[in-house]
Amino acid sequence: MTTPKKDVLRSLWDAFCSLKLTMFLLISLAVISIIGTVIPQGTPAEEYLATIGPAKISLYKALGFFDMYHSWWFILLLYLLTVNLVACSIKRLPHIWKIITQPVTVMEDGLERSLTNVATIKNSNDPVQLKEQITAFLETEFAEPVVTETGGTLHFFAQKNPWCRLSVYFVHLSVIVIFIGALVGSLFGFKGYVNILEGESISKIMLRSGKELDLGYTLRLEQFSMATYSNGAPKEFKSILTVLENGKPVPGYANARVIVNDPLTYKGITFYQSSYGDASEYLFTATDLDGKNPVSLTVGGQSSAKLPDGSSMCLLESTPDIAPYSPGLSGPAANVEIHKTDGTSERFVVYANHPELNIEHAKNHGKGPVLHYKGGEKHMYTGLQVAKDPGVGIVWLGCFLMVIGVYTAFFMSHRRIWVRIQNGSVTVGGNASKNQGAFQLAFESLVGRLKTDLNKENK
Amino acid sequence: MTSSLLFNITTFAYLISMLAFFVFLASRTKVLGSAAMIVAYGGLLAQTFAIALRWKESYDMGVGHAPLSNLYESVVFFSWTIVLIYALLDIKYKYRVIGAFVMPFALLGMAWAQLGLNTGIEPLVPALQSNWLLYHVVTCFLGYAAFAVACGISIMYLIKAGCEESADKQSDTGLLTMFPPIRVLDDLNYRSIMVGFPLLTLGIITGAAWANYAWGTYWSWDPKETWSLIVWFVYAAFLHARITKGWVGKRAAWLSIIGFAATIFCYLGVNLFLSGLHSYGK
Ligand code: HEM
Repeated sequence: MTTPKKDVLRSLWDAFCSLKLTMFLLISLAVISIIGTVIPQGTPAEEYLATIGPAKISLYKALGFFDMYHSWWFILLLYLLTVNLVACSIKRLPHIWKIITQPVTVMEDGLERSLTNVATIKNSNDPVQLKEQITAFLETEFAEPVVTETGGTLHFFAQKNPWCRLSVYFVHLSVIVIFIGALVGSLFGFKGYVNILEGESISKIMLRSGKELDLGYTLRLEQFSMATYSNGAPKEFKSILTVLENGKPVPGYANARVIVNDPLTYKGITFYQSSYGDASEYLFTATDLDGKNPVSLTVGGQSSAKLPDGSSMCLLESTPDIAPYSPGLSGPAANVEIHKTDGTSERFVVYANHPELNIEHAKNHGKGPVLHYKGGEKHMYTGLQVAKDPGVGIVWLGCFLMVIGVYTAFFMSHRRIWVRIQNGSVTVGGNASKNQGAFQLAFESLVGRLKTDLNKENK
Repeated sequence: MTSSLLFNITTFAYLISMLAFFVFLASRTKVLGSAAMIVAYGGLLAQTFAIALRWKESYDMGVGHAPLSNLYESVVFFSWTIVLIYALLDIKYKYRVIGAFVMPFALLGMAWAQLGLNTGIEPLVPALQSNWLLYHVVTCFLGYAAFAVACGISIMYLIKAGCEESADKQSDTGLLTMFPPIRVLDDLNYRSIMVGFPLLTLGIITGAAWANYAWGTYWSWDPKETWSLIVWFVYAAFLHARITKGWVGKRAAWLSIIGFAATIFCYLGVNLFLSGLHSYGK
């Protein structure tokens, strides 16, 4: 008795077992994935948003296009793929399992007719001797046979690599293992970043989600440095880091070197060289020509400062001692560039120990403010990516399974040979799960050798 | 002898080989097919030496690294892998005509590299200073090359199947009798993808392993990564097409061609059209 409800379940099950669904899902995933390579993911830049207009922005937001690989419909497709995979395997595995564990050891007429590789050899040897000959032949040339006797007919069965029929299922299992690894990573891991100034320490990092995370220990940046090739292209970005617990350096983690492609891992958390910047600070004072109205200015290594008259100043280079460059002078000096409000700009040197030169410069160039240099310090900061992912091992396990599975699925095959002795003729049948062409050649050569073998013994 | 001279010789050899294959196809002179193949082998040999020499030259310049570090070097390597995979196919199956559909890909790569790209040897930027570069690039490109060969074979399949369908026997003149039977073409297509798919899988995995090692994320849905996954989905679909009713034959050949188009987009298109939207941290 089938009730309508059972029919629905039945057809749902059939739908999930169908390879047409697999084709649909694989092609849909391929096509849909394109969206996220065309539309920037994450937090799109303002310039990009300006080009598409507010209507599209809200549409894209509603559809989840700005984070499509985590949107419900993309995840749903991945779940459907998983269900399809599992259902297909459940449906087919019992049959495959039976082929492997309960091989058909007797070649009946029906089986013989279904085989593409069949050959017959006439032979009138003594059956007992023949049995020994064929057993020995199969053992040395192919695989150890199982011998069955039914009603005066002798049957031999030998097989190679039956287990490789399972490799496809290992490939499918590996897909699921990788998904599990990804899930573990997203549940129990995190991704973040941190910037550290030279000489300073941090014990908290910023997560991608915007939350702060306490590392449970302290990380100090001893030094950041950068090397370039002679053509100016970057060669190396290097952070020297020290891990501290309770204020003391951890042995083996003092002055550890972190460069691109060579991270540092401590207590399951890994730090990757990712960016860097200049956080240097240089101090100046600006006064009127007569020294009145002093204003303190701080200029960063990569930023500029506003002067009282509205022009802006940025630093080109600085030195703690000018003597080697300008004999007769001494002390810190800075080479600055001033962009005036009228659009003109000028470059000159400002001194710390020679206020008279600073005043003279100002007098020679109109009535603008007088600049005095107070010295500064060069400070770099390093930008580190921080990650912890306990699922990675599972993902690699899945990848390993997949590679092994795909290779065995493609390049190994389950080969079976049946031999039947009946009324003075020896019938050989063969079958392979893969690569029929190569098997046909191997089969023909095997039969040829069997023929000569039997004739030889005959003499 | 410089690598650059050897690369020019290679390009010339591939041109001659391709033209000889074309004439062979049109004239059905067996000797021409063999000559075309010999020239292709000669080109492959010259190119192998050239790549090794360029490797050595980079050490002489003091910036030693495998010649896989920029667009020029990768195009040259791609072209080398295409001829290599085709040579293996030829040794195993000896269907000469396939050369007429595969050598153009190799020639196109070499000609573009020699004429249109910056050929200078450059030092490695920090992001590429890793042994993973070698494993990743070699597996990916061998996979791509197998797909290129499969694409050439699929084009032959579609031409032959198309002509056999249009029952007009007059139209299928000499040319087509040279083609292997469509059953064989279908099988060779499958075999090439059977070589390419595991290599692409390995290429994606080594890329993920490298990303995880260098940045702490094995997958970040960067356009390049995503496109490699798209390619992988297409070929996974191809593999299942063979065991799905209604998907064998022409549809499978189309999947193979679409797969190769996606491969080329993954390799070149992403850099040309999609870069700037999204790039790795540094
Ligand atoms: C929706 C998910 C999937 C389903 C339902 C599915 C189902 C199947 C089935 C039923 C087979 C045939 C097994 C047999 O011959 O007994 C198969 C073969 C195969 N599948 Fe899948 N599959 C899926 C996804 C994948 C994916 C993502 C891969 C990626 C590697 C894959 C790789 C393979 C391979 C390599 C074969 C062997 C093909 C051949 O022998 O030519 N499958 N699949």
